[in-house]
Amino acid sequence: MAKMTLEELRNLRDSKKKEMTQRDGDKSAQIVIGMGTCGIAAGAKDAFDAFLEELGNHDIKDTRITQTGCMGLCFSEPTVEVAVPDMPRVIYGNVDANVARRIVREHIIEKKLVSDHIFDKPAADIISE
Amino acid sequence: MAFKNYILVCAGTACESSKGIALYEALEKELKAQGVDAEAQLVKTGCFGFCEQGPIVKILPDESFYVKVSPEDASKIVSEHIIKGRQVKELLYDQDQSSGTSADSIDFYQKQQRIVLRNCGVINPEYIDEYIAREGYAALEKVIFDMTSDEVIKELTDAGLRGRGGAGFPTGVKWGFTKNAQSDQKFIVCNADEGDPGAYMDRSTCEGDPHSVLEAMTIAGHTVGADQGFIYIRAEYPLAIERLENAIAQAREYGLLGDNILGSDFSFDIELRLGAGAFVCGEETALLASIEGKRGMPIPRPPFPAVKGLWGKPTVINNVETWANIPMIILKGSAWYSSIGTETSKGTKVFALTGKINNSGLIEVPMGTTLREIIYDIGGGIRSGKKFKAAQTGGPSGGVITEEYLDTPIDYESLQSIGSMMGSGGMIVMDEDDCIVDVTKFYLEFTVDESCGKCAPCRIGGRTNYNILDKISRGQGKVEDLDTLKDLAQAMRKASLCGLGQTAPNPIMSTINFFEDEYMEHINEGKCRAGKCKDLMSYTIIEDKCIGCTACARVCPVNCISGEVKAPHVIDQDQCIKCGQCFTKCKFDAILKG
Repeated sequence: MAKMTLEELRNLRDSKKKEMTQRDGDKSAQIVIGMGTCGIAAGAKDAFDAFLEELGNHDIKDTRITQTGCMGLCFSEPTVEVAVPDMPRVIYGNVDANVARRIVREHIIEKKLVSDHIFDKPAADIISE
Repeated sequence: MAFKNYILVCAGTACESSKGIALYEALEKELKAQGVDAEAQLVKTGCFGFCEQGPIVKILPDESFYVKVSPEDASKIVSEHIIKGRQVKELLYDQDQSSGTSADSIDFYQKQQRIVLRNCGVINPEYIDEYIAREGYAALEKVIFDMTSDEVIKELTDAGLRGRGGAGFPTGVKWGFTKNAQSDQKFIVCNADEGDPGAYMDRSTCEGDPHSVLEAMTIAGHTVGADQGFIYIRAEYPLAIERLENAIAQAREYGLLGDNILGSDFSFDIELRLGAGAFVCGEETALLASIEGKRGMPIPRPPFPAVKGLWGKPTVINNVETWANIPMIILKGSAWYSSIGTETSKGTKVFALTGKINNSGLIEVPMGTTLREIIYDIGGGIRSGKKFKAAQTGGPSGGVITEEYLDTPIDYESLQSIGSMMGSGGMIVMDEDDCIVDVTKFYLEFTVDESCGKCAPCRIGGRTNYNILDKISRGQGKVEDLDTLKDLAQAMRKASLCGLGQTAPNPIMSTINFFEDEYMEHINEGKCRAGKCKDLMSYTIIEDKCIGCTACARVCPVNCISGEVKAPHVIDQDQCIKCGQCFTKCKFDAILKG
């Protein structure tokens, strides 16, 4: 995109906001992996690869995997947030390759939460307030 | 088919000890007995913090938060909540405050409030669009098109924002100095030279939300009349550097950096400068010298950088965390911001909570939160059920907070009054196994290592103090040494050129103040109660308990344990390096540590 004017920036913000709210309501699941230095050091890249592989194994194409910064739950890195339509958004901690595969099989496919790995979101979001 | 409800039972270690597992089993039984096990999934979770309130049950999707739940409550939770959809009021975290609307109760039990970290763990830091969608660059719009410079400065001053690098100088006042200084050129600098041992707040912010820093610096540029900014970041932070560079490139492409930002006549650009990892370069005058290509050494202040900074030009220099606050203050207003925190310290503070704590992590709490809330409600308490000894804040410039001050609301002034300091946000929790002399020696070793050597008080005073601490830790200290330590500390505080030397004695003063008895034990009795000072401890084999299994002898790295098979072994004290491996290995408690 070329340099923006004030008008264009505002339009972009509006359209991206819509896109993000639609994303929450649409049919596809979303996996967000915390990939700060801490997450990567704890093995977030292995989890990332395992997610891709397991989704591929089950031929699931409508699940998006994205990365984000550190959620702050250092004691339970790597951390992953999973949003599946009609299910509560949850944060999983200590997600190694095996847990990543379990998340795909149990959470994404069977629509069940994965025991022993759920952690609490640390704070309410001040932006969406 | 998804379940209608999810019952999360906290099965962290602390809750487990307070019967989390029994509760899980009771709920499992009740779900079956009442015939609704197909409607609700029972899930064990990791630790939610809040262990003193355990066991905790959280029900999704409505986010009901039940505390101190006993197995006897299981039947009611299932029959009321799961079947009838009614909250069990007497089990809610705060029965008065949460009037059934779940949103209130969420805010209420959560001690954290994320302003600086608002986007960390939420957006993809490599896409500027996601930042923009969350009100990104809206503050910049407001500053360029709707506010005067004086209004921006007034807003920051009214908000009560103070420098998060540690010193706590009012940010609005600082900007005012630079704005009012007359000069053909001014600069904006971001101090991302985070160096306190155990601190990583700034790294995480740069990695998780780089645009918040860029936007704030651009706002400062517009406000004080600068057209160039520098981010001074240490080279050891490769991912943060990569994400900042990527963010700068995207902002330039969108016209949010560069010439004529958003079509206005304001131009501003930002470049990175990489530091080589010298701790003293976090001191602002040394940092500026380093950007100029000189050796990173401090110069006396005043003049302050706000008036005479980079290349002698007026320069606003703020820390990463300070910057990340600014867009939110501009957008939500000073009244909102100043409603958070204490009388003298507004807003939130990010801490890197580490050490002997169950839930280590990066936390952001309103100023005025107590250490007890941080350690027990957020941090989940001390690891392995050990006893809390002290928390160290402010890194090598700070001091310790002991048990009696656990309920002090944390802000700049309160920490200073108990001999510690806010610092940049490192918070290291110590338990009974940590030796206070050893910890203090560690910090002194750090500051001696990092002293630039320019001024004598820091260079010589620091070294002398370190040598005395080393002597004490070897059991060779004298009672007079404590007075010498204090005298030198006073001299360093008064006469050192910069903050590094002025604050380097703080760990000594603080720990002597609170733990003089431990120093005296080292000096008078040659005893280290934590068993950390190697010269003051030994491992011996108790003859009666040793069955001669040879496990200790085999694990000893220096082969100093001898003895026949099935006969008691002996440790050669002259050879022993006190690694403790035999102690860990022995299955018969036959080795005595002390």
